Amino acid sequence: MSEQDDKPQSEAVPSPPTEEASSARVPEDKNTAGRPKFTGKNAIELKDVKKSFDGKEFVLNGIDLQIPRGQITVIIGYSGTGKSVLLKHILGLVTPTSGSIKVQGQELTEMTEAQRTQLRQGYGMLFQYSALFDDMTALENVMFPLKEHRRGQMKKSEMQEVAKARLKDAGLDPKHFNKLPSEMSGGMRKRVGLARALALDPEILIYDEPTTGLDPVLTEMVDNLIVSTHNARKGSTSVVVSHDLYAAFRIADHVAMLDSGRVLLYGTPEDFLNSEIDLVKRFVAKGVRKELTPKEGEEPLRSTE
Amino acid sequence: MSYASRRAKFNEKFDEIFSSIFGTLAGFVVATGSLMRFAIQSIRSVFTKPFRWDEIISHMEFVGNKSVVIIVLSGSFTGLALAMQIYLGFKLVNMTALVGPTVGLGVLRELGPVLTGLIVSARAGGAMAARLGTMRVTEQIDALEVMGVDPVQYLVSPRIIATVLVMPLLTGIFDFVAMAGCWVICIFLFGIDQASFWDRTTMWLKPYHLYEGLFKAALFGLFFAVICTERGYKTKGGAEGVGNATNEGVVTSMVMIIVLDFFITNLINVFYRFQKYFMS
Repeated sequence: MSEQDDKPQSEAVPSPPTEEASSARVPEDKNTAGRPKFTGKNAIELKDVKKSFDGKEFVLNGIDLQIPRGQITVIIGYSGTGKSVLLKHILGLVTPTSGSIKVQGQELTEMTEAQRTQLRQGYGMLFQYSALFDDMTALENVMFPLKEHRRGQMKKSEMQEVAKARLKDAGLDPKHFNKLPSEMSGGMRKRVGLARALALDPEILIYDEPTTGLDPVLTEMVDNLIVSTHNARKGSTSVVVSHDLYAAFRIADHVAMLDSGRVLLYGTPEDFLNSEIDLVKRFVAKGVRKELTPKEGEEPLRSTE
Repeated sequence: MSYASRRAKFNEKFDEIFSSIFGTLAGFVVATGSLMRFAIQSIRSVFTKPFRWDEIISHMEFVGNKSVVIIVLSGSFTGLALAMQIYLGFKLVNMTALVGPTVGLGVLRELGPVLTGLIVSARAGGAMAARLGTMRVTEQIDALEVMGVDPVQYLVSPRIIATVLVMPLLTGIFDFVAMAGCWVICIFLFGIDQASFWDRTTMWLKPYHLYEGLFKAALFGLFFAVICTERGYKTKGGAEGVGNATNEGVVTSMVMIIVLDFFITNLINVFYRFQKYFMS
């Protein structure tokens, strides 16, 4: 199936499910498994986080960042500035060389692996290429986290109900529920990936380069999906790692730009547009203004024949 | 060229050779250590909850059931060829009645487990490395980790356990069809007396010969499953990385099976001697 097949569906922005509708469909008390709701100001706090893999070069060189609860924060930066490494730190997959990482008030660096595993149940993550299990259908993919973590608390039929609700929330047509990832288009896979990320009712949603490699229509669809999903889940925190500045400015409450393993600028999209920092200005010029005419002295990026 | 400069050049060459040998040895030790750690982690994960019976059974079906046809084909033709060669040799000394037990001993103790190990490692081991490698490069293993699922416990341990359980069964099938092939060729082609064939075979073959082969098969299964899953699990890069991991996994497994066979055979012989010594 081509990307084109998904376009009519993508053009219709999925309407955010209302809170009443969600709770009517999903047995939330069972699904969250009694996780206490975090009510602090910052969902994630990083203080002077440094990371070196070889003991010489620092990939993260003193990151200070507060990601506020209930908002969408986009982390941007050029390739190789440490965005993915930072994400792995937040997920607890990599331990920092020094510094402190607090997730929902809990110090990640002092946790045991079992505690981190427990904590990760509060995360939902949409991978760059969705990372769906290719031997499972869309429905089975979404049911997988429930089977792993709600075994004994939910019946199989309840899990199926939750999975179907999540897929519908993500805007996937029920006729695609039993398709394998190889039979789905890129946009559909994104929707399934998002539904799987939402399966355990996470308080923190992380998106790793969600629009990379997608055409403009699908990019817009994914951006809308991020916002509608966020708005439908009051109090949830969304962290988007991207280098698509145009998309980032459309969805972000706050933006953090990384450079050389540090936070170069943190603020609202307006702060970025008004910034006098040279690197930010160049990044914004390339990403947002998208000037079609070359500047003086610049070669046009098109065939000269 | 002065003595000093020749000496300096010699020292430089010597350093180069020494560091190359040392580097290779160090690399081998590190790789072996990493493999051992992976094996221990995988085996330990088997005993942690949740127990993944469904996964084990599904991998047993993949490693075992889907290998039966090639094992039957390889086993029967191995038995036929071996019986034919041994018959030609034994006919010269008029001992054709011993073809059955000779083929039996060779198959049960050596060829059965070794050939089954080589065939299954190429088929199922390669598939394991490729599957895990693909899961690694497409971030499916990362997705498991992020979901709070231990990828080693979910993906690796069931494959290792399934292989260890299934390898003796496949070897048993190989042994059976190889002996059947031997019987067919001895009785129907060479006209060896049926009673004589069975009398000699049961006289020389003992149950412990079979157990020895089955034990070896389980060990070979353990080794190639650990090697192939480790290669796949630690795949780096894209499609090329998956190809390399599969290739390395299968080649290392095959060489290891043949090398290990020699050492295990010797260890088993030592065990028999000790047993005889203590029993007498």
